[in-house]
Amino acid sequence: MSSHAEKTVPLGGPLITPVTLTLAALTGIAAVILLIRFIFGIGAVTNVNDGYSWGIWVVYDVMAGSAFACGGYAIALMVYIFNKGEYHPLVRPALLGSLFGYTLAGASVIFDLGRYWNTWHIFMPPWAQVNSVMFEVAVCITLYIGVMWIEFSPAFLERFGRKDLKQKLSKWMFLFIGLGVLLPSMHQSSLGSLLIVFGTQINPLWQTLMLPAIFLMTAITVGYAVVIFESCLSASGFKRPFELDLITRLSKVMWGFLVVYLVMRSVDLTWRGAWGEAFKFNVMALCFWIEMMGFILPVILLAKPANRRRPDRLLISAVSLIVGTLMLRLNGFLIGYNTGPGWYYFPSLPELLVTIGIIAAEILGYIVLVRWLPILPKVEPAKTAR
Amino acid sequence: MKTTRRQFLQGAMAGGAALTLGATPPEAQARPNLTMPPKALGLLYDSTLCIGCKACVAACKESNGLPPEFSTEDHLWDTAKDLSGKTKNVIKMYKDGNGTQKDRETDGYAFIKHSCLHCVDPSCVSACPVSAMQKDPVTGIVSYDEKSCIGCRYCVVACPFGVPRFQYDTPFPKIVKCELCNHLKTGDKYQYSACAQVCPTGATLYGPTDLLMQEAKRRVALKPGAISKFERGQIGSGNTHETVVKAQYLPRIYGDHELGGTQVLKISAVPMEKLGMPELPERSFASISETLQHSLYGWLAFPAVVLGGLVIAAKRTSRPDDEDKV
Ligand code: SF4
Ligand code: SF4
Ligand code: SF4
Repeated sequence: MSSHAEKTVPLGGPLITPVTLTLAALTGIAAVILLIRFIFGIGAVTNVNDGYSWGIWVVYDVMAGSAFACGGYAIALMVYIFNKGEYHPLVRPALLGSLFGYTLAGASVIFDLGRYWNTWHIFMPPWAQVNSVMFEVAVCITLYIGVMWIEFSPAFLERFGRKDLKQKLSKWMFLFIGLGVLLPSMHQSSLGSLLIVFGTQINPLWQTLMLPAIFLMTAITVGYAVVIFESCLSASGFKRPFELDLITRLSKVMWGFLVVYLVMRSVDLTWRGAWGEAFKFNVMALCFWIEMMGFILPVILLAKPANRRRPDRLLISAVSLIVGTLMLRLNGFLIGYNTGPGWYYFPSLPELLVTIGIIAAEILGYIVLVRWLPILPKVEPAKTAR
Repeated sequence: MKTTRRQFLQGAMAGGAALTLGATPPEAQARPNLTMPPKALGLLYDSTLCIGCKACVAACKESNGLPPEFSTEDHLWDTAKDLSGKTKNVIKMYKDGNGTQKDRETDGYAFIKHSCLHCVDPSCVSACPVSAMQKDPVTGIVSYDEKSCIGCRYCVVACPFGVPRFQYDTPFPKIVKCELCNHLKTGDKYQYSACAQVCPTGATLYGPTDLLMQEAKRRVALKPGAISKFERGQIGSGNTHETVVKAQYLPRIYGDHELGGTQVLKISAVPMEKLGMPELPERSFASISETLQHSLYGWLAFPAVVLGGLVIAAKRTSRPDDEDKV
């Protein structure tokens, strides 16, 4: 990445702490469960069945996990496209979160693929089936992970003292930055399109041709929410000053996107006459409102510009958006999915532990890397509490 | 590069609206439903003729080399309750009230066969990212190739009839679904769909879909009390039996329009939704999904234009000369 930047530096500090040890333990538990899965089959550790063949390993780890990893994308969109250079200090930390989120979402796909040894078929003729939404998702996510590692490589090259390589790379970086915005736009929307072929098995609250736009917009807004959330955490966790000015301005952009999203979602529901489903007395309607509240609440909380300077409001809004985004994906793929009578799914404990382990691995990797590589902006000694 | 709050919000909103529009498909390059292949093969299942003997279930297992599945204490009989990773074909029963009379909706019972319908425009084929599900361009048989399959189970979740099933209890799983016995060779015990070959009453009949459709139309027009000949095995076999029509057929032929039609047809005296067959529109889900994909990504034209714009924007903001300040 380049231009306008403040100096970024490795954070240093201890790598072995109670927090990192706990995270490592959780990751280890997940690894053991996955070993069992690879020896005995998917059913040995999960509750997925032929009625709900996609469980949380797909819907959380891949669908929600990759959306939560959209911080880098959402910030890049703003920095480079809207020409907002002042956000630069947020770029590397956000990109790192995305790098981990996506790499792990990509890797965790393998755990869920029954015949994972054939995965490469997706990218190869004669197997590649371009009409499949899954094909588009798989190709774009894979490419994007590669693009992110390239975007991120200056941090490594700096660490390894390869200025020459870094210089060469930076001449071409604009291309990767462009791809780094295009690819997530494509696959985040396609994650929604995956549902189209399910047809009438999906409740009308979530079955619409607007699905790509709905999934894309929520991926972007949750990208900002995650950046706000991460800033709050790293401000308290690493005892760094809170980048309030930037976050305030960021929340403004997020708010704008949210308003557009809610208008679009409501118009679509009205257009298709689907509101009736939202006022039924059932789980789907309830979950629909939980989802919607996740998006409405931040719009209310952050409506007044003054509130965008209040860390508590910002944090609640971010969490609320994360919940809403998660619910949208759970609703579309599980709760709003009716596959006929007699089917039931709730994740098993080992299944949940794998998901938790993946999240733990993500946080652990983040901590290790910010302490080791120049990622967070340098803090002037006067300003810091450390 | 100063911006006021107002410009800023406007920018965000405009950006949001642009993305929304970008991800909203133009209706232009609609991909219509696929049409019936020239030599489509299929089955006709007649619920009123089915006596629930499950000979077809046993023959299907034998023909496909699938293991028995137990649901009783003693583990003596193959008693599959549903399609599964071990079962491609089941007969299920509908029962209402005291369940005394066959083929009656109230206080009656009826049978229904569940197996792949070999859709004219199959969701499973459209969903599969690696062409493991394929529809034969001539016979229309929807087949599965485990050597291609990655086990993503998109076909399992996408099929509106719940047909493809996955093996959850093995490290080397595959998808299991009826392939209309297209693996049979001359000299095998079964010469065409085993379920049809063993059916004693002609409730399951094999043949070209157009002829099956004619036969279905003939049957649903029969009145109770009429005496009629029914063919067994495959259309044109000449192996017939004569019997009195006992039930009042409903005029509906299931599969004549559902998602653009299916090559396996079903007729009955009890409404299809009671027998567990879903109500489906005529426009195939596959065609809707592919229309969307083609509008967004056809020839990659749209993504290419967007990428061009993005690259220009990125180039404007990140000049290589100030790379040292990274
Ligand atoms: S019934 Fe299901 S599995 Fe069979 S062809 Fe249709 S979509 Fe595919
Ligand atoms: S499970 Fe196999 S056959 Fe089914 S969609 Fe995935 S790759 Fe295709
Ligand atoms: S055609 Fe063959 S595989 Fe299909 S249900 Fe009949 S016997 Fe089973």
